[in-house]
Amino acid sequence: MPISDVTEARPTAQRPTTPASPAPAEAASAATAPAVTVPGPSSTRLGPVSIRPLGLGRKYPFGWSYGIVALLLIWSVGSILGIIDPRTLPAPWVIVETLWYQLVEGRLPEHMQASVVRAALGFSAGFAVGLVLAVISGLSRLGEGFIDGPVQINRATPGLAMMPLLILWFGIGEDMKIITIALSVMIPIYMHTHNGLRGIDKRYIELAETQKVSRWTFIRHVIFPGSLPGLFLGLRFAVLSSWLSLIVVEQYNATEGIGYMMTLASTYGQTDVIIAGLVVYAALGLALDSGVKALQRFALRWRKTIEG
Amino acid sequence: MTATDLLAARVTALSRRFGDKTILDDISLDVLSEEFIALIGKSGSGKSTLLRAIAGLDHGVAGSGDIAVPRRVSFAFQDSRLLPWKRVLDNVIFGLEAPDAVERGRTLLQEVGLAGRERSWPYELSGGEQQRVALARSLAGEPELLLMDEPFGALDALTRRRMHKLLLRLKDIHRPAIILVTHDVEEAVTLADRVLVLKDGQIAEDLPVVADRPRDVEDPELITIRKTLLQHLGV
Repeated sequence: MPISDVTEARPTAQRPTTPASPAPAEAASAATAPAVTVPGPSSTRLGPVSIRPLGLGRKYPFGWSYGIVALLLIWSVGSILGIIDPRTLPAPWVIVETLWYQLVEGRLPEHMQASVVRAALGFSAGFAVGLVLAVISGLSRLGEGFIDGPVQINRATPGLAMMPLLILWFGIGEDMKIITIALSVMIPIYMHTHNGLRGIDKRYIELAETQKVSRWTFIRHVIFPGSLPGLFLGLRFAVLSSWLSLIVVEQYNATEGIGYMMTLASTYGQTDVIIAGLVVYAALGLALDSGVKALQRFALRWRKTIEG
Repeated sequence: MTATDLLAARVTALSRRFGDKTILDDISLDVLSEEFIALIGKSGSGKSTLLRAIAGLDHGVAGSGDIAVPRRVSFAFQDSRLLPWKRVLDNVIFGLEAPDAVERGRTLLQEVGLAGRERSWPYELSGGEQQRVALARSLAGEPELLLMDEPFGALDALTRRRMHKLLLRLKDIHRPAIILVTHDVEEAVTLADRVLVLKDGQIAEDLPVVADRPRDVEDPELITIRKTLLQHLGV
C-alpha cells in the first residue's frame, strides 16, 4: 500500500504544557491575578497537519510503456527528418515491412523454428540435469560433497568461455550448440533449487517428524513444494540464460536459425534484417518469460506476497 | 478424575544438558491416561526441553534417563505450523495414513468450527483459525498423548479463552492425555487436572486441581492454587 494513502489526521505540535496544567494552589490565586492568555488554535505553537508523503504515489496508466513509446517516437522522428541514416538504422516501418516480408515470403518461420527447437532441447537437458544434481546435493550431505564443488567451479567460469573447448570436443555442429545452452541453463536451476531445498524452514522438518511421516512423504509434501519458489526463480534466470546462449551459438556455423539469418544479413549489410532478427529474439524472449511467470503464479498461488 | 490407572507416559530419571548447563535434573513423572497436566515455569526453567524430550524432538541433546510413551503421540506447537502450500484439509490430514483420512479430516474441521474452510489456504485464515486447524491436525491421528508447547501463547486473550473451551470439548471427544506447557497461570488452573511447576530443572511443585469444569477463576480452591503457583514463579 502506498504511503500516501495515510490520511489520518495527527496533531504534530507539542501539547501546550504551561497553561494547561496550573497547580491547584495557583489556580485559586490565578483568579485575582491578571488574566492568563491561553494560546488559541491560531497561536504559532499549533499549525495545520503537515505530512509530506514520501512514497512513490499513484501508478500512471500504462506507465510501463512510456520509455518504449518515447524511444519509438525519437526513432520515427529521426528517420523522417533524415537525422538517422537508414543504413545505420532503418525507420521503424521499414523494419515492420521487412519482418512481414521475411515471415510471409522469406525463411523467417523456418529460422524461428530452428532457434526454438535448439533452445528447447538445450533447455530441457540443462533443466533435467540441474534439477537432478540439485536434488541429490540438496538432500544428502555426501551428494553435496561430490556435486557442489564442481558446479561452483563451473558457475565461476562464464558459460560461454567453455565454447572453444566444447567446439573441440563436440565439433561445430548441433551437439555443441545444445550442450552450450544446456550448461548455461543447468547452473541457475541447480543454484536456486539447491538454495530452495536447503532453505526450507526447520520448523517444517520438526512438524514432519512429529507427524511421523515417511522419508518419501516428507520429500514429496514438504521438501519439494517448499523448494518450488527457489526452483521458479532459477527457471526464470534459466530461460533468459538459454536465450542468451542461443544467440551466441547461432553465430557459429549454423545453416538455419535467427542468429544465422542475422549473421548472413550482416555480411550483406542488410541492417533491417538484423534489426528484424533482434525484434524476433526480444519478442520470443519476452513471451517465454511471461509464460514462466504465469506458471509461477499458478504453482505458488499459496503464497501471499507483496505482489498480491 | 476420569483417568484409569493406565499410564499415558512415564519419564524416569531424565536429565538433559546444553553444554555444561543442566536444564533437566533427574526428573521422574508418570502421566495417567486421559490426564490433563499443565507444566508451568519461568522461561528457561526447562519446560519446553522436557516436552520436546518426551516428543523425541531433542536429537543430539546430551543427557540420560528413560522415556516411555504410547504409540500414538502428537505435538502442537506454539505457532500453528501449517504447511503454507497445502490447503486446510490437507494440512489436517498431513501424515495421516488411513483410508478414511479425508472423512476424518472433515469431521475434525467441523469439530473445531471450521467446516467449509477445507479448501482455504492457510494465509487466508486468522491466527486463531490457523491454531484451530493445527489442533485438528494434532488430533487427527487419535493420539493417546498430546503434547502442547504453549499453543495459545500467541493468541489474544479473547481468542485464547475460546480455545480453552474448544480444547476441553475436544478432549472429551478424543480423550488423549495432555501435557500442556504454558507460562499462563490462569490457563493452567482452568484447564489441568494437575499442575507441575518446573524450577531449576526439577519438579518443584505437583498440585492436583479437582474443581469441576467449567471452572470459575473465583473458586477459592483455584485462588489458593494460583497464589502458590505465582509464588513459585516469583511474581
